[in-house]
Amino acid sequence: MDVFLQQVVNGLSLGGIYALIALGYTMVYGIIELINFAHGDVYTLGTFFSLAILTGLGVSGEVHGPALVGVVVVTLLASMLLCGITGVLIERLAYRRLRNAPRLAPLITAIGMSFILENVMQLWRGPSPIPFPDVIPNPSFNLGVVSINVKQIGVVLLAIALMAALQFFIYRTKLGKAMRATAQDRDAAQLMGIDINTTIALTFLIGSALAGAAGFVSGVYYGTTWFFNGFEAGLKAFTAAVLGGIGNVAGAMLGGFLIGLIEAIATQYIPGGAQWSNVVVFSVLVLVLIFRPSGLLGESLPEKV
Amino acid sequence: MGLGFLVVALLGFPFMDRNNSHVDFLANAGAFVLLALGLNIVVGFAGLLDLGYAAFFAIGSYSYAMLASQQFGIHVPFWLMLLVAPVVAALFGLLLGAPTLRLRGDYLAIVTLGFGEIVPQTFLNLAQYTNGPNGISSLDQPSLFGHPFGFSATPYYYVLLGLIAIGILAARNLQNSRLGRAWMAIREDELAARHMGINTTTTKLAAFALGASFSGLAGVAYAAKLDLVSPDQFGFNVSVLVLSMLVLGGMGNIWGVIVGSFVLSFVNSFLLPQSTTLAHAAGLNLDFTNYRFMLYGVILVSMMLFRPEGLIPSRQRAAELHDVAAAPESA
Repeated sequence: MDVFLQQVVNGLSLGGIYALIALGYTMVYGIIELINFAHGDVYTLGTFFSLAILTGLGVSGEVHGPALVGVVVVTLLASMLLCGITGVLIERLAYRRLRNAPRLAPLITAIGMSFILENVMQLWRGPSPIPFPDVIPNPSFNLGVVSINVKQIGVVLLAIALMAALQFFIYRTKLGKAMRATAQDRDAAQLMGIDINTTIALTFLIGSALAGAAGFVSGVYYGTTWFFNGFEAGLKAFTAAVLGGIGNVAGAMLGGFLIGLIEAIATQYIPGGAQWSNVVVFSVLVLVLIFRPSGLLGESLPEKV
Repeated sequence: MGLGFLVVALLGFPFMDRNNSHVDFLANAGAFVLLALGLNIVVGFAGLLDLGYAAFFAIGSYSYAMLASQQFGIHVPFWLMLLVAPVVAALFGLLLGAPTLRLRGDYLAIVTLGFGEIVPQTFLNLAQYTNGPNGISSLDQPSLFGHPFGFSATPYYYVLLGLIAIGILAARNLQNSRLGRAWMAIREDELAARHMGINTTTTKLAAFALGASFSGLAGVAYAAKLDLVSPDQFGFNVSVLVLSMLVLGGMGNIWGVIVGSFVLSFVNSFLLPQSTTLAHAAGLNLDFTNYRFMLYGVILVSMMLFRPEGLIPSRQRAAELHDVAAAPESA
C-alpha cells in the first residue's frame, strides 16, 4: 500500500508536466483541428531555453532565499516567452498557408517541423543528454506512509495555477471569447469582426508558452534534458489530451494527471517495469480512441460535411 | 522504349560498374523503393496517413531472422520466406487496421505512430526470443540452385530488382482495379464513397494489408542482405524517411515515389557523406550527415507548402490538392 501511494505521488507530479504539455495540444486542436506534432519539441526547446537562461544568469547549483524566487520567476517567464514566440513563428511559417488544404497536408508539415526542431536542438547542444542545474533545494516531507518533495509539490501547484489562469482567460476575457468563437465556427467568427489570424496566433502563443513552462519544470524535476525528449513526452501528452477529450482544457489537465498515474503505476507493477511503460501508454491511447474517441470530458461531434 | 532501355541498363549495371559499393548502394536503395511502393498504396492511393510503416518492415525482417537462422534452429528457405513474410506483415496490417480504421484521418496517424513505437520496443524487450538490443545475426544465406549468395551485393541487387518489378506490376494493377478506384474515392471524400456503396472499412483494411505486405518483402530481402536485424533499424525516423520519399516524388504516382525514394537514398548514402569529405578536404569542419533529419523535415514542410503533389505528380492527386486549397473554407 505504501508503495502504491508513493507511486500515486510520483505519478501526479509526472502528470503535472504532461498536463501542461497536453494543454497546448488541446488548444491548437480545438481551434484549427491540427495535431501539432512539433509541440513536443517546443516543450524540449523550453528545457533548452531554460538551461541557456540559467547559464546566462550564472546559476549552476542550488540557489537560496529571495534570489531563488528571482531565478525561478525570470527563467520560467523567459522560457514561456521564448517558446511562445517559437510557436507563433511555426504557425506563421508552416501552418497558416495550409489552413484550408486537405488535412493530410498540415499534418505532414507538422511532422516536418518536428524533425527540423529536433535537428536544430541536436546541432545546438549535441546528441547526448545534457545535465540541468539543480536550482531548487529539495527537502522531502515524510507524511507517514509517503514522502513528498518540494519539486513534486511545485510541479503540481504550478500546473494547477497555470490551468486556472488559462480557464479564467478563456471564459472570462474578451480574447478568450474570441478564441472560443473561432474554434466553434471560423467563418461566423470572422463575420462578427474577430481577427482570425491574430486569434489563432494567440492560441499558439499561449499553448507554446505552457509548453515552455513545462520545459523549465521538467528540467528542474529530472535534472537532465535531451534533444529527443519531446517525441515521447509529446506522444504521452497527446494521449492525455485525447483521454481527457481533445479540445477540452479541463480534460487535458485530467488526462495529464491520469497518464502520469498510469505510467507510474505500470512502471511499478508490471514485471520488467519501465521498459513497458510506453507500450502501456500507447495501448491506452488506442483503447480510448476505439471505445471513447470523444474522451472523458469531451462531447462527441458529428462529422462535418 | 525508354522503359526498355532503363531495364537493360539496370540488368547490366553490375557488369558495367565493377565497384561493389555502388551495387551495394543500389540494393539498399531497392529495399527502400519497395517500402515506398508499399506505403504509397496506403498514403498515396487510399489517403490514410500511416506513420508507423517501419513497424511492418521490422516484422518482415524479424520473421526472416527468427525463421531462418540458428536462433530457434528453424531454417525456412529464403524463397519460401518471400512468400511467408508478406503474409505475416499483412496479417499484422489487419490486426492494426481492424480496430483503428474507423478513426478519423489524424487520429489514425497518431495510432499508427504508436504502433510504430510499440513494435520495435517489443522486439527490444522480449530479449529471450530476440536477443534484445543486440538483435539476431548470422541469418541463413539465400542460395539459388545450390549456389549460396555469398557476401557480394550483386545477387541481392537482382532479387530486389525482381521484387520491385513485381511490386510495380502489382501496384499498377491495383490502382486500375475496382479496389484501386474505391481507394481513390475514399481518399477524395470518404462520406461520399460510403454513400456510393463502398464498404469503406474493408477497402481501407485491404490498403493496410497490401501496403504492409510490400514491407514484408523488403524486410526479408534487407535482413538477408545485411545478415542482421536489430530493433534500432526500425525507428520513427525510418517511417518518416519513407514518407519523405513519397512526398518528394509525388504521393499516388508509382514512378514519382520510385524516383523520390531513389533520390533520397542517393542523397543519404552519397551526397551527404561526399559533401562532408569535400568540406573536410577544404578545411571546413562540417559534417553534413548530421543534417539528415533536418533535410527530411525541410522536404516535408517545403513540399507541402509549395508543391504538395510532389516533383512527379499524379495528375489526379495534384488536382485534388490544389482544388481544395483554392476552395472556400467551409467546403
